[in-house]
Amino acid sequence: MLVCPIVGRHLPIFFSFMENKTNLLIRSKTVDSDGRRRFLRYAGFTAVTATTILAACENATMEPSTMGAGARVAADGSIDLGSGDVGILNYAYALEQLEYAFYVRVIATPYAGMNAMERMILTDIRNHEKVHRDFLRAALGGAAIPALNANFGAINFGDRNSVLTTARTFEDLGVSAYNGAGKLLSDGNNLSTAGKIVSVEARHAAVIRELISPFTASFAGDDVVTSDTALDVVNMPGTVLAAAQPFIVERITASNLPTM
Amino acid sequence: MNLQNLFNALENVDSEIYERVKHVSRRQLFSFGKKAALVAAPLAVASSLNKAYGQSMPDRTVEVLKFALLLEYLEDEFYRIGLNTAGLIPGSDRVIFQQISKHETAHVALLRTALGSAVEPKPTFDFTARGAFPTVFSNYDTFKTLAQAFEDTGVRAYKGQAPALMVNDPVLETALRIHSVEARHAARIRVLRGMKGWITGMEGFPGAVYSGDQATNEREINVPGISGLSSSVVSESFDEPLTKDQVLAIALPFVRL
Repeated sequence: MLVCPIVGRHLPIFFSFMENKTNLLIRSKTVDSDGRRRFLRYAGFTAVTATTILAACENATMEPSTMGAGARVAADGSIDLGSGDVGILNYAYALEQLEYAFYVRVIATPYAGMNAMERMILTDIRNHEKVHRDFLRAALGGAAIPALNANFGAINFGDRNSVLTTARTFEDLGVSAYNGAGKLLSDGNNLSTAGKIVSVEARHAAVIRELISPFTASFAGDDVVTSDTALDVVNMPGTVLAAAQPFIVERITASNLPTM
Repeated sequence: MNLQNLFNALENVDSEIYERVKHVSRRQLFSFGKKAALVAAPLAVASSLNKAYGQSMPDRTVEVLKFALLLEYLEDEFYRIGLNTAGLIPGSDRVIFQQISKHETAHVALLRTALGSAVEPKPTFDFTARGAFPTVFSNYDTFKTLAQAFEDTGVRAYKGQAPALMVNDPVLETALRIHSVEARHAARIRVLRGMKGWITGMEGFPGAVYSGDQATNEREINVPGISGLSSSVVSESFDEPLTKDQVLAIALPFVRL
């Protein structure tokens, strides 16, 4: 049973306990009498007033979701991704936020010797990550985690190698995350959505790797693609978040994510 | 060269094609008139193969794996012939195609193992697509064009089948891990051809491979609207799936029936 939590300081959190009626990614099995998947209409943030927040909150306590609960900000400021498909999509949203913030810095403070081709590629990737971030935020609606703050202190943005190897790490990490999360999703439409994004991340990874090691096998190198079965890198959320956490100011918790 | 040429190339197809298409009556096919029947052949073959695979093995997972194996057979043989054709691939580029070829060979082996006794033998391929690409192994540009088409098709094909594999987590994960490898391949070949690694709108050839990839509405959300970015950028940001029939319509002209 969902219980209305204490109102947090971040606006999006207001919506996180509105049952699952503010996002597109969740079906409610309670209305699924015929067993078929149904999707609830997206209601934009702007349409939601304080009154409806309260109304929906009451509603939430009457209609517990079986598809997962939205994000929570704990008293210590840590952010829980939520549960079910919502939790997995928040996990993706967190990673896309991180990637976008990184490429914003890369373009704003270009490394020494960045040529026109590199600038075009990195600008394209920045834009794609913004699209992914904005799309996931809109799709998650009220269940989304708040905006995260990045910590890029370990990256030397003036140095080509530092930037590109970090980009490679983020892209490969993203590929591994989506590859591992697919089986954790319970709804086919959410899986399809993730699938549309992961192959673009893989394209990024290949192109970044090509910038680092041109005309080699690195674009799909044996360090990420198994040599015997030719399967790409895969990681579960715990591993991915441990790798991503040093770059994120807020502590992310994933204890409610599905594990199988 | 466009898709219509591919279909027209099927006019050279011999009558054997209909013998192999056991789920489509010959009378039905010919009742359209010869020309119409031949143009319609790819889709008829596609849906017929689809049924043939599905009926013998009710397990949808097996069906998807057989479909994937057909595409991997195609890619594997394509690169093997390319690498073994003297003078086709410049020395500087061989490392790229060797890596891709290694992966496709591994995918074939993996899928064959997964299918076990349900495995289908490799069909005979015609990489000219019945004359549509006569220079496939003599002109490097043609070879690269088809390599890109096969990889981008592979990405879209696996993507389209993923939801059907949700009943089997290990198979789903395996398919996703092949899917992203194909995307790495596709990106590298696109860059080799002087293109972006990602697909702007429907940029690529043949057109059927990129049909619908220009989409910018996702899950009822107008993504250019919420992101403030152009339709071109948004289309690059999402790779769209293809249905099995769409993929078979692309692939079957390369299968000698």
